[in-house]
Amino acid sequence: MTAILELRGVDAAYGATEVLRGVALEVAEGGMVALLGANGAGKTTTLRAICNMGVRVRGEIRFAGQRIDGQPTEAIVRLGIGHIPEGRGTFLSLSVEENLRLGAYLRRDRGVSADLSRVFGYFPMLRDRLHQQAGTLSGGEQQMLAIARALMSRSRLLLLDEPSFGLAPILVQEIFRILGVINREERMSILLVEQNARLALDLVGQVFLLETGRVVASGPSQQIAADESVRRAYLGQ
Amino acid sequence: MNMQALLHQILSGLVNGSMYASVALALVMIFKATHQVNFAQGELAMFSTYVAFTLIEVGVPYWAAFVLTLGVSFAVGVAIERFIMRRFRNASPLTAVIVFIGLLVLLNGLVGWIYTYTPQKFPSPFDPSAWYGTIYMSPHEVGMIAVTLVVLAIVFAFFRFTKLGLAMRAAAENPQSSRLVGIRVDWMLALGWGLASVLGAVAGMMAAHKLTLEPNMMSSVILYGFAAALLGGIDNPWGAPIGGFVVGVLENIAGAYLVGTQLKLALALFVIIAVLLFRPSGLFGRTVVVRV
Repeated sequence: MTAILELRGVDAAYGATEVLRGVALEVAEGGMVALLGANGAGKTTTLRAICNMGVRVRGEIRFAGQRIDGQPTEAIVRLGIGHIPEGRGTFLSLSVEENLRLGAYLRRDRGVSADLSRVFGYFPMLRDRLHQQAGTLSGGEQQMLAIARALMSRSRLLLLDEPSFGLAPILVQEIFRILGVINREERMSILLVEQNARLALDLVGQVFLLETGRVVASGPSQQIAADESVRRAYLGQ
Repeated sequence: MNMQALLHQILSGLVNGSMYASVALALVMIFKATHQVNFAQGELAMFSTYVAFTLIEVGVPYWAAFVLTLGVSFAVGVAIERFIMRRFRNASPLTAVIVFIGLLVLLNGLVGWIYTYTPQKFPSPFDPSAWYGTIYMSPHEVGMIAVTLVVLAIVFAFFRFTKLGLAMRAAAENPQSSRLVGIRVDWMLALGWGLASVLGAVAGMMAAHKLTLEPNMMSSVILYGFAAALLGGIDNPWGAPIGGFVVGVLENIAGAYLVGTQLKLALALFVIIAVLLFRPSGLFGRTVVVRV
């Protein structure tokens, strides 16, 4: 299988503060990968480095074989990367429909309206909220809207920053289930950053473990889940 | 109180209000996108009006000059954002204010240097004996309101119904998310400046016939425009033009019946301060509901 996303020896810093050191990471085409680690390990920074959002990056980042490091965020996104940032990136004062249409901003084809109904297939509640101001949605609904926005973009790779943050466990399970379906049905590759290691390990195929800016372990999720030290550090067992 | 005189005051207040409405909307557009108040908006409008004046002087028909001026104003607005304001995007608010005031003084001096400070007659495209003139309003005054309303309607339709308009609103609200859906936020800001400059140009060209053209002609218009924007809600594009018309009427009523023309500006501003004390976000300032 070929890699859709590849990081080689990536250092990243905010000003003088080094956050990532020599990170190597790979997401296979159609794969689903989790990036796990404690608070402050550099998970969010990794995603921000991929999209060149306010971090200074050294090293090599490739998307579908093509170097993307150093390019402006808008150009990287244009290649087919959807990024749901920390805090979900909702356009709070705009309507749900406008948020969805912004997801499809880069598309020039006529299928955008048809895609709305495709997205409602995953998130039926969005259909009823179409003209509501997005800021009035609950946290879980905003997370669904964010994923729906990424679906509208028809990106090949989706970067998700802690979709479980602040949500009730039952809602997190539902969102993770839908992510699994999207990964299978839409052939959308997913790189998921999570604190909730237990849930993420059940969902994804491949795991990278970050500790203070370095990848300290990686492999298939069953293998990582079985690892004694990982269980102790991240699963509280 | 004479009803006819009152009606006259209200209607001519709406005429002045049409100038304030355009200027106020221009201010709000730039404020929403950059959180900066463009103190040079009035001088920019005055500059545009001199462009129109020059075109008309060399024989270009009025409406052709009007459209050409809108194009030039758009380009000037975009250029100011790209070459000047962009460098101060992350500067402190105080620095930004100084840059705006510098721009104001520069434009004022530049125009004064080229055209002198002698007031000039600026033509009206509306025939003074046209059928739509009444004892209350001259054809030019009716035309001013009509042109303003048409331009406002076009601007609102643009923001509400076009993809580019949606992208501009998105860029103003959440630049980071906008980049992540592929919007070129920098260009949206420049475009916002261009549009604001076009709105100012409309106000300037309409005002110039009424006020006579001279480099300081917009100085009171811009003050009322600020007042209108604050009254309507500085972050509410719908409120700004309404605020403009309200301020126009308020100003005239105050001048005619309450304090006389010398103090009417002060009274209008006093009423606005009073409103803001009780409704800090303006009459129509929407508070965005946020759940987390």
